[in-house]
Amino acid sequence: MSTGDERPVEGAGEPRRLHPLTPPARGWVVIAACLGVVVHNVNSGWATPSRLVIGLGVVVPLAFGYGYVSWWFTTFRIEGDDLRLDSGVLFRRTRHVRLSRLQAVDIVRPLAARLFGLAELQLQVAGGDKAEASLSYLGEADAQKLRAELLARAAGVRPDAGEAPEQTLVSVPLSAVVGSVLLSVGTWAALAPSVAVVILAFALHELAFVFGSVPLFLAAWQFTAGRVIRNFDFTVARSPDGLRLRHGLLEQRHQTVPPGRVQAVRIVQPWLWRLRGWVRVEINVAGYGGKDADNKETILLPVAPRAVAHGLLGQVLPGIDVDAVELIPAPRRARWHDPVGWSAYAYGADAEVFVARSGRFHRVLDVIPHAKVQSVRRTQGPWERRLGLATVHLDSTPGPVHVKAARRDAAEAHTMVAEQAERSRTGRREAGAERWIAPASDSSSGSASSLDEGAG
Amino acid sequence: MKPADDALTPPDLDWRAVSEQLYRMRRALLLAGCVLLAVVVGGLLGRFVAWWAGAVVVLACAGAGAWGLPAIRRNQRSWRYAERADDLLIAHGVLFRRLVVVPYGRMQFVDVEAGPLERRFGIATVTLHTASASSDAVVRGLPPAEAARLRDRLAALGEARSAGL
Repeated sequence: MSTGDERPVEGAGEPRRLHPLTPPARGWVVIAACLGVVVHNVNSGWATPSRLVIGLGVVVPLAFGYGYVSWWFTTFRIEGDDLRLDSGVLFRRTRHVRLSRLQAVDIVRPLAARLFGLAELQLQVAGGDKAEASLSYLGEADAQKLRAELLARAAGVRPDAGEAPEQTLVSVPLSAVVGSVLLSVGTWAALAPSVAVVILAFALHELAFVFGSVPLFLAAWQFTAGRVIRNFDFTVARSPDGLRLRHGLLEQRHQTVPPGRVQAVRIVQPWLWRLRGWVRVEINVAGYGGKDADNKETILLPVAPRAVAHGLLGQVLPGIDVDAVELIPAPRRARWHDPVGWSAYAYGADAEVFVARSGRFHRVLDVIPHAKVQSVRRTQGPWERRLGLATVHLDSTPGPVHVKAARRDAAEAHTMVAEQAERSRTGRREAGAERWIAPASDSSSGSASSLDEGAG
Repeated sequence: MKPADDALTPPDLDWRAVSEQLYRMRRALLLAGCVLLAVVVGGLLGRFVAWWAGAVVVLACAGAGAWGLPAIRRNQRSWRYAERADDLLIAHGVLFRRLVVVPYGRMQFVDVEAGPLERRFGIATVTLHTASASSDAVVRGLPPAEAARLRDRLAALGEARSAGL
C-alpha cells in the first residue's frame, strides 16, 4: 500500500492532547500516599502539623505542575497510515503506530479513571513487550470515537464512517462465572491454606498469624473473587470491524479484535467442569503477546457450554468446523512415555486447520489455521527416540495457545512436518490482505477472511 | 553421525553442515573450564583438606573432559541446514533432536551475531526471528562469508514472500 503522504489533506489530523484530567487520574496514588504519610506521622516527634502542611504545600503543587507540563507535551495525531505519538518533556519521544498493522484495540477503564469519566485506549501491535501504544487518558466518548476512527482507517474505509454496529453473540451469566470458579480445583487449593490459617489462629488465639499470611489471602482472593470480578458481565459481540469483548466489574475492558487477527484458539475443559459440560476458550492475538500473565486479555469466553463455544469458534475462524476434523490418536506405545496422558493425545487436520488434543483430566483442544502457522518444529527426546516417537509443534505468536501433536510415530511425524509445511504455504497464499475491508474501487482478490463475509 | 541413523532429516535435500570451528571453539571452552576447575578447586582441596579430595576433583574434571569432547564433536556434526524454495530447514541435536521449518515469508528479521570468542574462531550465528517466540530457528557455527550470504538471501526471500501475520 502506498503511504500517500503527499496528500496531507485527508491523512493528517490536528495534534490532539489527552484529557485535561489525566494528571490527577494518574497521580491519585501519589496523592493518596502523601496523605497516608501525613496521617501516619501527625503525632510523631519531628513532624508537627505545621511542618507537614508546609511539606504538602510544596510537594502537591510540584507534582501537579510536573503532571501538567508532561500532559502539555504529550500529543497525538493521525498522519496517513500512522498514529503519531509525541511525548516527553526533556527527552522528546516520537512513536509511529502503523494502523494497517493494528492487531487489536482496547478501551480500558480502571476504577479510578471511571470516577473521573476517563478511559485508556490501548493499541496492540505485533512484536515486543513494549510495542503497544497507550493513550491514557481520554474522555470516554472521545476514546470510543477515536477507536472507531482508527479501526475504520485500519480497515481501509472512510475514517468518518462512525461506530460500526454490533450484534451480541454470547453473554455469560454471573451464575456461570461463579459456578465455574466454584468447580475449580485451583480455587479450593488456593482457599484451603487461608482457611487453615484462620482456624489455626482462632484455635491458638494468635491473631498475628492472620496478619502474617496476608499474601496467602491475596492469592485466594485472586483465584476466587478476582476471577469473578474480571469476568463479570462478559459479553462477546460481533461487528464489521471485529470481535468485541466486554468484561469487568471494577476495571472494565472493551476489546476489539479485527477479523483475521486471531492466531490460534484453545478450548479448555478443567476436570470438574465436565459435570456441567462447560469449557473455556482462549486465543492468541499477536498484539497481546506473552505479557498477559493473568489472562486478562486472552480469554475469549471464560465459561460456556461446549456447543456455544464451538459455535463461537465458527465466528472467530470462519468456514471452519472443528467437530468435522477427524482426530487420530497417538500410538499405543506412547503409554510408556506418558502413562496417564497418552490416551488423550490426538491430532487431526483438514484443508483449513490443524487440531490437537491433550490432557486426560484437564482436557485441551488446540486449533490453528494453516495460514497462521509461523514455523513447524519436530522434536525428539532420548526416551521418545527409544520408543520410535516424535513430537510436532506448530508455532504460533506468543499467548496461551501452544499447538503440538505429541508422541507421534517417528515416520508419521516426518511426513506430518512435510505436509504441514505444504499446507501452511498454500494457506498463506490464499489468506487475505492486511486490510480486511478493501475499498470498493480496489479490484484485488480481497478474500480477506473476515467475519462480515460470513454474516452476509 | 551415520546417515542411516538420521531419520529426522529428509535425505533428498541439499543439507549443509556447519563449520568445524564450532567444535574447536567449544573444545577450547571445555578444556579451559576443566583445567581451571581442576587446578583451582582440586589444588585448594588438595592443599587445605586432603590430598585425595584434590585427586578426586582432578579425576572428575578429566572424566568430564573425556566425555565432553566426543559429545560436542557429535553435536557439531548434528548441525545442518537446507534452503528450499519456500522455507529454511534447520536440524540439530544428538540426545534431544530438533528440526525447524521456517517459511521465508514468516521471517520478521534476521540477526547475525559474533561474540569476541566466535570472531576469534571465525564463526558467526544466524538467528531467524518469526512472530512466534518459540520458533528457535538458529544456525550456529557459520563462517562469516556464509553467514552474510545466508542473511542476504533470507532477507531477499523474506521480502519477496512476505506475508502478514
